[in-house]
Amino acid sequence: MSVLEVQVRAKRFAGAASVVGSAGKVRGNGQGGGAQASPRETPVLSDVRFALAAGEVLALVGASGCGKSTLLRIVAGLDPDFSGEVRLGGRPRQGPDRDIGVVFQEPRLFPWLTVAENVGFDLGQGHDEAWVRRLLEEVGLAGLEDALPRQLSGGQAQRAAIARALYTRPRVLLLDEPFSALDAFTRMKLQDLVRAVARAHGTSLLLVTHDIEEAVLLADRVLVLGAAPGRIVREIPIGVPHPRGRGSAELAALRGQVLSALAPPG
Amino acid sequence: MSADPDLIARAVASLGPVLPEQPAAAAVAANAANAAGGTDAAAGRWPAWLLGALPPVALLVLAEAAVRLGWIAPHLLPAPSDVGAALAQMARDGQLVPHVVASSLRVAGGFALGAVLAVLLGALVGLSATAAAVLTPSFQALRAIPSLAWVPLLLLWLGIDEASKLALIAIGAFFPVYMGVSAGFRDVDRKLVEVARLRGFGRAALARRVLLPAALPALLTGLRNGLSLAWMFMVAAELIAASRGLGYLLTDGRETGRADLVLAAIVLLALLGKLTDSLMATVEQRALHWRDSFGGPA
Repeated sequence: MSVLEVQVRAKRFAGAASVVGSAGKVRGNGQGGGAQASPRETPVLSDVRFALAAGEVLALVGASGCGKSTLLRIVAGLDPDFSGEVRLGGRPRQGPDRDIGVVFQEPRLFPWLTVAENVGFDLGQGHDEAWVRRLLEEVGLAGLEDALPRQLSGGQAQRAAIARALYTRPRVLLLDEPFSALDAFTRMKLQDLVRAVARAHGTSLLLVTHDIEEAVLLADRVLVLGAAPGRIVREIPIGVPHPRGRGSAELAALRGQVLSALAPPG
Repeated sequence: MSADPDLIARAVASLGPVLPEQPAAAAVAANAANAAGGTDAAAGRWPAWLLGALPPVALLVLAEAAVRLGWIAPHLLPAPSDVGAALAQMARDGQLVPHVVASSLRVAGGFALGAVLAVLLGALVGLSATAAAVLTPSFQALRAIPSLAWVPLLLLWLGIDEASKLALIAIGAFFPVYMGVSAGFRDVDRKLVEVARLRGFGRAALARRVLLPAALPALLTGLRNGLSLAWMFMVAAELIAASRGLGYLLTDGRETGRADLVLAAIVLLALLGKLTDSLMATVEQRALHWRDSFGGPA
């Protein structure tokens, strides 16, 4: 059974929307809304459909500029300006939803809040302290509750961002190239961490990445996106049981498949 | 801000005949400041307050010597000790405190009025694209008016009593605060705003929990600039018409040919301005302890 169904018929790029202007408004999920064709608007995505099963790890791989981050923003509800539909648990999703957690490329922690306050950042006063402490323990930040973001390393900050995304107990976690700014060693540790916490919480993962190795290592299924306009060109199931060895020949062969789908020979 | 040089020019012009040595003294002060800048090694050995006290102390010693040795006529530049004596005399007569209190109250009242209006309007313009489109061009035009141009109008409308003075100080304090707040809100990182949107934040919660804290550095800088302009406009207001206050003391000193009174008032203005600015700087540092900034050479 799928927790998330995504169908983007078309998405055109028409410049950045105003930040604050649209902050309070929740528009309908873009049934043709605002996506008028104009010769100056280049299509970014065209007819992208996929579904995410409960507990599944799905990786979206594509060259930079293929619209994969745009697709993730649409799924997250941050970009209402597209034609199509996102269904969550069988129902159309209206704007951002607490059942969808997001980890961005940057940690995006509020610099004036402590780590605990960042993780528990939510509507209303205060936060669930026991839950925050448990999440911080899970991501390996126990004892850093009262630290300020400026005191954290890049890896620690991203761990805090993962804990924050899990705070609302989402059914789906979206990850937008979450490890691309980290060094190789930290990246490996966080890849294992994300996989582990997703399993522990029964959360489905939608991972956007340009790192083929990462996609093949973590995902149950890899979707390869082609560019101009962004569309799904190939679906590659990764039927290798966990734990997967990073250096295994099986994964190497699958990496070759993904690579050839990304950049077809000839 | 366009009004500052204007105002200083007028203030200096009105004092000019009494103090022809002023530019020379300023040049001496600048030289002393350069000399005191010293090397970074010196900055490590000496406490900062002592280094900061070097230029004024050197200037005082130099002025005292120049007058005592007869290089400068005392009626043009009274010796610092005479200025000190004049201050002490005023304190004994019970004049000093009323002047200082009158001026400080005007600054406090005018600054509070201007700053509150500026924070409200700046936030409105920073939060609402419509409000920005409607108000920004008008505010830009109003800002271009040298603030002293309001004086005749304020005198006509509000008379020569407190109301016109408070209004002039409020106008002076308004624009730096308004600019700080509106720019602060506008420049908030879109990425942080998105985090709040994912949690379903509405406009009010977004403003309070994200935009306001993120804009706090710009807001505090604006308040600090606004406060220093409030002191400047207080002097302008009191030079025009007042029977009490430091601006009155300046006028009184000029009219009675007492350069020591004029200098005493200037010294008091410097001390009060520095004191309130230091207070604001402390507030700023406390409120922004979370910032991860360079903070200048240590």
